[in-house]
Amino acid sequence: MELSGRRLLVANRGEIALRIGRAARALGMEVIQAHSAADADMLAVREADRAVEIGPPQAAKSYLNIPAIIDAALRTGAEAVHPGYGFLSENADFAEAVEAAGLIFVGPRPETIRRMGDKAAARAAAVAAGVPVAPGSDGRVRDAEAAVRIARDIGFPLMIKAAAGGGGRGIRVAEDAQALPALIAEAQREARAAFGDDGLYLERMIRDARHVEVQILGDGSRAVHLWERECSLQRRRQKLWEEAPAACLDPDTRQALCDSAVRLARSVGYRGAGTLEYLFEPASGQFFFMEMNTRIQVEHPVTEAVTGIDLVEWQLRIAFGQPLTLEQGAIRLDGHAIEVRVNAEDPARGFMPFPGVVEELALPPDVRFDSMLYPGYAIPPFYDSLLGKLIVHGADRAEALERLRAALAATRIGGVKTTLPLFAALAEDPDVAAGNVHTRWLESWLERNPIRS
Amino acid sequence: MAKEIRSPLPGTFYRRPAPDQPPFVEDGGSVAAGQVIGLVEVMKTFHEVKAEEAGSNLRFRVENEEPVMAGAVLAEMD
Repeated sequence: MELSGRRLLVANRGEIALRIGRAARALGMEVIQAHSAADADMLAVREADRAVEIGPPQAAKSYLNIPAIIDAALRTGAEAVHPGYGFLSENADFAEAVEAAGLIFVGPRPETIRRMGDKAAARAAAVAAGVPVAPGSDGRVRDAEAAVRIARDIGFPLMIKAAAGGGGRGIRVAEDAQALPALIAEAQREARAAFGDDGLYLERMIRDARHVEVQILGDGSRAVHLWERECSLQRRRQKLWEEAPAACLDPDTRQALCDSAVRLARSVGYRGAGTLEYLFEPASGQFFFMEMNTRIQVEHPVTEAVTGIDLVEWQLRIAFGQPLTLEQGAIRLDGHAIEVRVNAEDPARGFMPFPGVVEELALPPDVRFDSMLYPGYAIPPFYDSLLGKLIVHGADRAEALERLRAALAATRIGGVKTTLPLFAALAEDPDVAAGNVHTRWLESWLERNPIRS
Repeated sequence: MAKEIRSPLPGTFYRRPAPDQPPFVEDGGSVAAGQVIGLVEVMKTFHEVKAEEAGSNLRFRVENEEPVMAGAVLAEMD
C-alpha cells in the first residue's frame, strides 16, 4: 500500500512527536499533530502540516483522552494514529477504539497489547515459546524441606522473600542449598514478627544484573530482530544512558538472546515494533525475560545507528499493510552507538525538575540530537522531563565514548538545568569505560560522585 | 490585608494527597505555619506547598487539578 499522500495523526508530544512526523513526511505522508493547550508552540506543531488541539494542559484531559483523540482524527480526516511512547501507546482500549473508528492503529493488535501488558500472561507466553524467565517458587513454600526441593530447580543464589512483605524486609539471600534451612527459619521468624504471616516464597537472585533488551519488528506473519541494546545505567528505574550492542554479551549469548526474542514475537504473531526486556547475569552468562514493550522505545535510535534501519518508517509501513521485507541475515551490526537522555533536571539538586525557557542552544555538528528544543522555547511543567537524546556512533565502543565526550563538550543548553553534566562525568569514569556496571550501579555511583552545578 | 500562599513552582495544583482522600485543608479552615496545603506536580514529580505563616479562613484561588504558574496565588487567608 502506497503511503504517499496518506494522512497520519500523531497523538504524542515532544521529541518523539517530531521524530514520527519527520519519518512520516519523508514517506510523503501528511502529518496532523495533536496537542494540548500547553503545547501549541512545540516544534512538532510548527513542523506539522496541520495541528489540532485535543484538550487542556493536563495529560489526563488531552494526551490520555481517548474520545478527544479519536474525534480529532476523524475531524481532520486522518487515516491512521501513531501513539508514540508513554501516554496511550500501550493501552489496548485505545488501540481498540482507534480500530473501531475505522482508523489504523500504528502498533500491535489490541489483543497482543493486552496479553503482553499482563505480567503473568507475558511470562506464560515466554515460557511457551521457550524463552527463559527468572525461576521462582510460583507461590508460597510450605516448609524448609519443600524449599530445599524447589530451590534445586530454581538455582542459586536465590532470594527468600516474605509473602506479606515489601520494601526489602524479610529478604534473605541463600548462596547454596546448605545455607537454606537456617535462613528459611530466620526469615519465617522475622516475617511472623513483622507481618504476622510467616509465608515465604523463593526467587532466583540475578546478581549484578544488566538490563539488555532486543528490538524486534514483525508484520503479523514474519518477525526479525534488530539485535540488542543495553540500558543498565538507571536511576530510580529510569534509563539515562543506552547502548547498542550490549558490550557484556559474547557472540553466542547475543545470538541465543536475539533468537529467543524472535521466537516469542513469532509465537504471538507480532505486528509492528516491539522490545523484549531481559536481565542478564554476567557470572552465569544466563538471561531471563522480564517484560515486553509493545511500542517504539525512547532509546530506539541506538539500534537505528548500528543497523542503519529506520524503525519508525517500518512502523508506518507495517501499519499500512506493507510486508516486512527485511531479511534477518541482512540485518548486520555496524560499530557501537550510545544515547544519553537530556532531561530538564538538576543533577546537583537531587534531579529536581527544571522547567524553564531555553536561551542559548549550541549543538555539536554531525551528531544525531533528537530533541524538541529551539531557542526561546518555554518547557511546559506538565509532562515528563525528557528534552532530547544525544546519539553518537563509532566504529567500536571506545570510539563511540570518545565521540560522546566531544559531543557533550560541544553541547550547551542555556537557561535550564539538564542532565548533561552527569553524562560528562560518566563519560570520564573508568568503570563506565570498562563496562563494569549493573542496574544498581548508577545510584551508588551518584552517592560517591555528587554532581556540582 | 489578606495573607497569600503562592505556588513555588509551575505545574498542576492538587488539594488532596490522593484522589480518594480528603483535602489537606478544607475551605475556610485554619493552618499552622509550615502546614501542607496542597501539592504541585511538576514533570511527574510532586512537591508540597506549605503555609509560611499561620492563618485562618483559608480561601482557595485555584481549583483542584488546575494548571498554575510559578508565583501564582493558590490561596488567601486572614
